[in-house]
Amino acid sequence: MHHEEVFTDRNVSESSAYYYVDIENYPTTGWDKFKQVVKRTFSGELFVGLWVVLREMIKFDIHTVQYPLEKLPIGPRYRAVHKLLRLWESGYERCIGCGLCEKICISDCIRMDTRIDENSRKEVTEYSINLGRCIFCGYCAEVCPELAIVHGQRYENASEQRAHFVIKDDMLTPLDMLKAGEQAEYPGFGAIIPGSDASVKKTPLAY
Amino acid sequence: MNEITITIDGRAIKTQEGEYILNAARANGIFIPAICYLTRCSPTLACRICLVEADGKQVYACNAKAKQGMDITTTTPNILAERRAIMEVYDVNHPLECGVCDQSGECELQNYTLEVGVDSQTYSIKDTHKPAQNWGLLHYDPALCIMCERCITVCKDMIGDAALSTVARGSDAIEATFKESMPKDAYAMWNKLNKSLIAPNGGDTLDCTNCGECSSVCPVGALVSSDYQYTSNAWEHKQIPATCAHCSAGCQISYDIKHTSIANTEPKIYRVKNEWNYVSLCGAGRYGFDFENRDVRKDAVAFEKALDAFKKADTIKFTSTITNEEAMILQKLKEKLGLRLVNNEALAFKNFLIGYSTISGKSLYGGDLKMVHAADFVVSIGSALKTDNPNARFAMNNALSMNKGAGLYFHPINDPVIEGMSKNITQINHAPMMEEAALYLMLDLFGDKAAMPSSITEYLSTFHSTKTVTVEESVDEKVTETVTKKVLNEETGVEEEVSEEVTKTIKKKVSKEVEVDENALFALLNAPAGFADTLSKYLAKKETFALMVGPDLYTHPNAANCARLVALIEKYTAFSVTMIPNLSNTLGVAMICDLDAECGSYTIGYNTDGNFTLSALGNGDLDMPALNQQEGTLSSIDKQVNPTNAALPYNGYVLNDIANALGLNAKHTIAYTAQLPLGAGFKAIEFDALPNHYTNAGEEVRGYVLDIQDVATNGDESVSAFDATKAINDKVLYLANPVLQFSPFTARAHQLQSKGGLYASASAMEASGWSEGDRVNVKTAHGDVTVTVIKDGKIEGDITYLPTFDTDINSEALFDGYRFTSVSIQKV
Repeated sequence: MHHEEVFTDRNVSESSAYYYVDIENYPTTGWDKFKQVVKRTFSGELFVGLWVVLREMIKFDIHTVQYPLEKLPIGPRYRAVHKLLRLWESGYERCIGCGLCEKICISDCIRMDTRIDENSRKEVTEYSINLGRCIFCGYCAEVCPELAIVHGQRYENASEQRAHFVIKDDMLTPLDMLKAGEQAEYPGFGAIIPGSDASVKKTPLAY
Repeated sequence: MNEITITIDGRAIKTQEGEYILNAARANGIFIPAICYLTRCSPTLACRICLVEADGKQVYACNAKAKQGMDITTTTPNILAERRAIMEVYDVNHPLECGVCDQSGECELQNYTLEVGVDSQTYSIKDTHKPAQNWGLLHYDPALCIMCERCITVCKDMIGDAALSTVARGSDAIEATFKESMPKDAYAMWNKLNKSLIAPNGGDTLDCTNCGECSSVCPVGALVSSDYQYTSNAWEHKQIPATCAHCSAGCQISYDIKHTSIANTEPKIYRVKNEWNYVSLCGAGRYGFDFENRDVRKDAVAFEKALDAFKKADTIKFTSTITNEEAMILQKLKEKLGLRLVNNEALAFKNFLIGYSTISGKSLYGGDLKMVHAADFVVSIGSALKTDNPNARFAMNNALSMNKGAGLYFHPINDPVIEGMSKNITQINHAPMMEEAALYLMLDLFGDKAAMPSSITEYLSTFHSTKTVTVEESVDEKVTETVTKKVLNEETGVEEEVSEEVTKTIKKKVSKEVEVDENALFALLNAPAGFADTLSKYLAKKETFALMVGPDLYTHPNAANCARLVALIEKYTAFSVTMIPNLSNTLGVAMICDLDAECGSYTIGYNTDGNFTLSALGNGDLDMPALNQQEGTLSSIDKQVNPTNAALPYNGYVLNDIANALGLNAKHTIAYTAQLPLGAGFKAIEFDALPNHYTNAGEEVRGYVLDIQDVATNGDESVSAFDATKAINDKVLYLANPVLQFSPFTARAHQLQSKGGLYASASAMEASGWSEGDRVNVKTAHGDVTVTVIKDGKIEGDITYLPTFDTDINSEALFDGYRFTSVSIQKV
C-alpha cells in the first residue's frame, strides 16, 4: 500500500492515512518454533538476496546515493542550519531585531547586536548562532514574528572546532540570489498554518 | 493621623485616615489595577481603571480617601466591564505585537491587557500621523503614548520643572454611537485620550534639568533614553542593585548590565533604573553611569611603586567619592603608619557637625529628606539646591506641591528652577557672607522667644523697630440716593415717573496711620518688598516645618558660629534640620576618618593630585576601581548607610590590596563593613546582611540608619553677632557645578561628557558683553584661570560660577575655602 504524506495536514485523525503493518504472530509452541527455524534456514532466501544483488550489479541500475556529490531530498520540516530571509519585494531584511529568538533559545546560543539606524529603525548589526550549542529545536523559527529566521536544508555540521558559529553574512539570503528568485520559503515551524485566518478575530478598522 | 480599619474584599486592613484607598490596598498586598497614579504625586484621573466600589458607590481608588469602617469591593460586574472597555480603548491603534519597542515586555499596557483579558477589539478610530520626536537625551514616540500623563505629573509634582504639558492631538471625533454603547468611564477616558498628546512646554525642545524621570515612569515605550533606544531588550539585562555614587542623596538605583557586543563579551552598563514610585533620580544618576575605570590589569610594577610611596608618604589626600570601607582602611592606615588624612571638604563638614553638637548635644542632625517630603513649610539656606543635591530639591518641590506648602530659599544666586516650583516660594538672594543673618532671621521668625537664651532675644530685638506707615484701606460705606424711575402704569398704559430711595454700598479708600513692626533683617538680606505680608500668608495653617542647610555654611569663615545657630534653630523652633553633605560620602568620611587640615611633605593623592596618585579616573600612577566597580557602603544625607554592589568587573589592585601589603589583614574590602566605628553610630552588620529594597507600602529597607550619639555639652548657648560689613557686594564668583555634573566621574560618562568653563546667566553675559565660547580670565585674590564662557539658562543674576567636575580647571585654588569670592573677569 503506497502512501504519500500530505504536509499541509498535520493532524492525526481518523481520516488520515495511517495504517498498521501486517506482522505474523510469533510461534508459541516448541514445535512451531522448530519449524520456523528449519524453514528460515533451508528456504534458500539467502540465495534470493544474493541473486538480487548480482542482477542489479549486472544491470548497473545502482540506487546508492552518491553522497556528497548527490544528496537526498529532505523533508521541508527538517530543521537544519538556520537562514535569515529577506522580504521579496524590497529586499530588506525581514529581521526586525525583536530578540524573541534570543530569548526563547533554550540552549542560549543566539546573540544579536542592535542599534538605531539613520532612518530611526532598529537595525540588526550582527547576529550569531553557536552551532556547537544549538540543539536545532526550531523554537527560534517558531517564535519569529516575521518569518525571518528559518531552518534551511544544510545539515552538514562537521567543523574543526567544537563551537562553530554562523554569523549574519552566512545566513542572510544574498541579494543576487533573492533577485534570481532562489530564496526558498520555509513551510516548517512558524510558517502560517493553512486556514489559520479562520481562527483569528478581526480587529475593526475605522477606514 | 489616626489609624483606621477598612475592609477591602472582605479583608480588614489597618491604614491611616485620609490615605488613598489605592495606597492602602497596595501596602497590604491587595491588587487594584492603576496606570496613571504615581505614589507621592497627585492623582491624575486619566486612566480611570482603578475604579472600586466603596460603601456601594463607585469611586477611583487613587483619589478616594479611606474612612473608618469603609467597605470596599475591588471588582463588580460593572467595574470589570469598565476595565475591559478601558483596556480595549488603550489597545485601539496600539497593536500589542510590539517587535522593537524598548519597553520589551516591561509594559503596563501589555500587562493590563492580559490581566483584564482583552481578546477582541470593539472600538476603532482613524489613526493620526504622529512622528517620533527627539528631545536630546530623550526620545518621544507619540504613536506608543497612552496619555496616562505620568510624565507630566512627575515633572510637576516631584521634579519641579513642569516642563511637559498636553497639546492637541488633532484626531477625528469619536463615533457618536460609542457614547451610548460603551461604559461611561471608558468613554470619558477615551474622550480625554483622543484629544491630547505630550509636548514640551514652549516648542519642540525640552527645557528642563534633564532628570529623565519622565522616561522612567512611562508605562509604555513612548519616552525612552535616546542613548538606550534599540540597543537592548529589557530581559537581557542583569540588574545590579546599587547606590548612586554621584551625590549625597544616595538614591537606590540598579545598573542594567549586558555583554558589550557579540565580539566583546565584557559586561557593559546599558542604563540605570530606579524604583520610580519611591525614589526619583536626577540626570547625573540616570545618565552618568559609565564612569568606570576601564581595561585595568594588575600592574605589579606600579603596585610596588605605590607601596614605596606609602612608606615615604606622610599624608593621604583624598576626595569623598569613596566607600565607608575605604575610608575605614584609610583611617586604619593612619593609625598604623602615622599618616595624616587630608580632605578639606569633609573636614569642614565634620567641624560643622562638631560645632552643631556643642549646642544640640547630638552627633548628627535630626532631619532627613523624608521629613522634608512630609513638611508643609520648607526653608533652604546655604545651598545651590538643584545642583548640590537634586533629591533635596525634589523633596522641597514635592512638599510644596503635595502638602499645599510654602517655602523660602536663601541663596545669593537667583534660581528660576526654584522659582518655578510653586507660587508659594520666595527666593531671598542675600549677599554672600550674610548666611548668618538668614539663620538669625529663622530664629527671629520661628524661635520660641521665651525659651531662647536672653542674649539672643535681646540681639534679635535690636533689628526690630516700630514704624508708622500710612496705609490705604478700602472701607465699605452706605450711601442713600434718590433715583427717579420710569414705571409703566398697568392700568392706564402710560409711563409715569416715580421717585425711589436706594441704599448702595460703595468702596471708599481711606488713608490710615498704623504702627508696624519693621524687621531690619529683611533689608539686610535683600528680601523682596512686602516680604512680611507674603510670609504671614505662607504661614497660615502650616504644621510641619523643615530646614535644609547646605555646603555654603560648612566652608563659611564663621562656620562654627553658623553651626551653633543651626543647632539653636533645631532646638528653639519647630523646624527639623537636614544638612546636605557636599559629596557622595562626605558624611561617611566625616564620621569615620580622623582628618587633618594640612598636608605634609609627601602626599599620596586618592582621586586627587598628589606626589603619588591613586586614581579611579584612569589618570593616576596606580589605578583604583570606580564606585560602580566596587562593593561597599555609602552614607547618605538621610544618615543611612546604603549598600552598593559592583556592576562591572575590575581586575586591578584595590586599596585593600595596598592595605594588606602594608600590614592590615582583610580578605575583601567589605570585611570592614562590620568594623565601621560604633562610636560614630555605625552598626556591626556584615555587608551581605544589608538589605536594599522598598516594600509595597513605600518603606525604604536599605542598609541601616546611623545611630545618633549623645554628645556632652557645657550649656553654653552663646552665639556671636554677624558682621554685615563683611558682605561681598562686588562681582562675585561661586564654586558650584552645572546641572548634570557633580565630579570628574560624571564628566567621564559618555552621555554627560562636557568641558567646564565660567557659567553665567544670559543677563550677566549680556551685561558684560560676552557671548558663548568667549575666553575670559577669571582672577581672584588667590590666582587666576583662563576659561571659556558657557551660558547657564538655569540661573539668573550677575553671579558667575566655576565648576569642580573639570579636572583641567583648578577652580578650588581660586577660593579661600568659602564657596564665594570677589572676582574680576576680563575678556581675553
